[in-house]
Amino acid sequence: MRRLILLIVIAVGMSLITISGITQTFSGEEILKKVDDNQYSESKIAVSRMIIHGRRGSRTIEAKTWIQGADTSFTEYLAPAREEGTKMLKLGDKLWMYSPSTDRTIMISGHMLRQSVMGSDLSYEDMMEDHRLENLYDAKVSGQDTLDGRPCWILDLTAKKEDVAYYSRKIWVDQERFIMLKENRYAKSGKLLKTTQIRDVEKMDNRWVAKSVLFKDVLKQGEGTEFILDSIQFDVPIPDYMFSKAALRK
Amino acid sequence: MIKFLLKGLWRDRSRSLFPLLTVAIGVMLCVFLYSWMNGVESEFIRSTAHFATGHLNIMSRAYANEADQVPNDLAMIGIDTLLTKLRANYPEIIWTPRIKFGGLLDIPDKNGETRVQGPVSGLAVDLLTPDSPEWKILNIRKSIVRGRVPEKSGEILIGDEFARKLDVQPGAIATLITSTMYGSMSMTNFTIVGTVRFGVAAMDRGAMLADISDIQNALDMQDAAGEILGFFPDDIYHDKLAEKITASFNARHASGDQFSPEMATLRARSGMADYLNMIGSYAGIILTVFVVILSIVLWNAGLMGSLRRYGEIGVRLAVGEDKGHIYKSMLIEAVMIGIIGSILGTVLGVAVSYYLQIKGVDISFIMKNTTMMISNVIRAQVTPPSFFIGFIPGLLATFLGSAISGIGIYRRQTSQLFKELEV
Repeated sequence: MRRLILLIVIAVGMSLITISGITQTFSGEEILKKVDDNQYSESKIAVSRMIIHGRRGSRTIEAKTWIQGADTSFTEYLAPAREEGTKMLKLGDKLWMYSPSTDRTIMISGHMLRQSVMGSDLSYEDMMEDHRLENLYDAKVSGQDTLDGRPCWILDLTAKKEDVAYYSRKIWVDQERFIMLKENRYAKSGKLLKTTQIRDVEKMDNRWVAKSVLFKDVLKQGEGTEFILDSIQFDVPIPDYMFSKAALRK
Repeated sequence: MIKFLLKGLWRDRSRSLFPLLTVAIGVMLCVFLYSWMNGVESEFIRSTAHFATGHLNIMSRAYANEADQVPNDLAMIGIDTLLTKLRANYPEIIWTPRIKFGGLLDIPDKNGETRVQGPVSGLAVDLLTPDSPEWKILNIRKSIVRGRVPEKSGEILIGDEFARKLDVQPGAIATLITSTMYGSMSMTNFTIVGTVRFGVAAMDRGAMLADISDIQNALDMQDAAGEILGFFPDDIYHDKLAEKITASFNARHASGDQFSPEMATLRARSGMADYLNMIGSYAGIILTVFVVILSIVLWNAGLMGSLRRYGEIGVRLAVGEDKGHIYKSMLIEAVMIGIIGSILGTVLGVAVSYYLQIKGVDISFIMKNTTMMISNVIRAQVTPPSFFIGFIPGLLATFLGSAISGIGIYRRQTSQLFKELEV
């Protein structure tokens, strides 16, 4: 019996040493890099749904997105009928939108970037962000937490430059899978602007992917926007013409 | 006695001219100021009613709570049925639906790329129904500067100043970029068929006027509207009647649903109640100030008159005239001067006010950056009270002035009179 107790004590002690070892091993910058590396791929093609829970009910918007690198993407809306054929092209820091009903391509700029995308809790500015957070923020580990039974690091991110949509963020990173499980985005004044909760995580192509995410614009009434990833392919070749303004009209 | 005193006043101009002029000028200013404030208030009510709230205003409860943000996602749905009911229950009121919206107006170049764009505040009203009351309410036909009025779907008017800023001519295509009722981005092409000058700086700078059915399609607001406006047929706001209709309507729609319609009066919407109360108290303040100032001036005039008439009063006392009788005759003189001066002042005040009612004063140079719904031309307004309001300070001030200065009569000692008169 004494032996058993001793074994348990040793096992618990080893576990604690291991966990504290992990905690001490990674700096905030390193954790953030791992989070970015897990998300990043040369190219992606994803089909997703956004379920927008407004004050008057919910509606679902389906889209297919082609992503190249960190700052090039092309999105085509598939449903509902009113949005079908609407396309968005992001090239670096520029964003264009094509509306089939007017046959016009409009550059989204200035204050329009702060508007909601299709009535969701996401803004165009959110979509314009560099996919790699390490390029935008300095990270510092501020604590640990457990979310849905999973141990997490809490990282405080502070903007490296002024022209970012959110001056600071607090992110909860899964200590094992290096994926964000929760995020709060703040203004420079410290006011909470948006929250993100990852509800479902799945392993695909050897990386952890958020399958279901709830975005909430804190300043907006409603139940938030649910983002559901139906399918995703990594590192698939995408022809260059896809990321041209000409492709918007096709 | 009155005839005797009148003769005295007429023959001794120095006794009557200065007080008469003072009263006339004071009354004229009072009448003019009253009519001017009347005009400003009426203009403010008229502009606010026509361009913003109507005399009666119906919104969903949720929309009303955030009305300054124009939250079309909280607009009323089922307005056709509601309008039918309103027209049946309150046939004496003119009911018309409206949608306010904001967005960008994008003007393409020949390749369809953006040439220029500017923020637009839009107003969607019923333009295509032949008997639409909006033509008269917004005075659209007379406001056209260039081009023509919309005749079919897809045609819009924009502010003339806005058109010049965008460098567009009637006939140009413009794309309205805005959000639908459900928050999606919406792009809709329109043809600008004319430019208008609304006469309200806040609108002339960046407004567009479109038919409500076009905007319902663009904003995905079928059978929906942000507001339903009600107007009294004489285009004058009747507060008590408005309150009565509002109470009756709200009693019928007393459900707790945030999207159920709620009626409010012009006074209650957009903080107009405070403003109208303020204007009301200003009229009272102006009258009081005028009475006080005129009283002081006329008291002074009375004192000077008394000094000048020192000998006359002394003689009258010496020959045995009663002090009370002298005091009474001076008060009657004052009332006569007050009446004549008030008549003169009222005639002059009404004349000046009427001139400014017709001509108006262009204040557009100070309205450049304002967001208030007020006309660029402010006019005085002559109303029945304009004809008698001046009599209050005119009579009161002369009477008070003489009453105060005349008290000196009672201080005169009969025994000292001959000494004083150096007889």
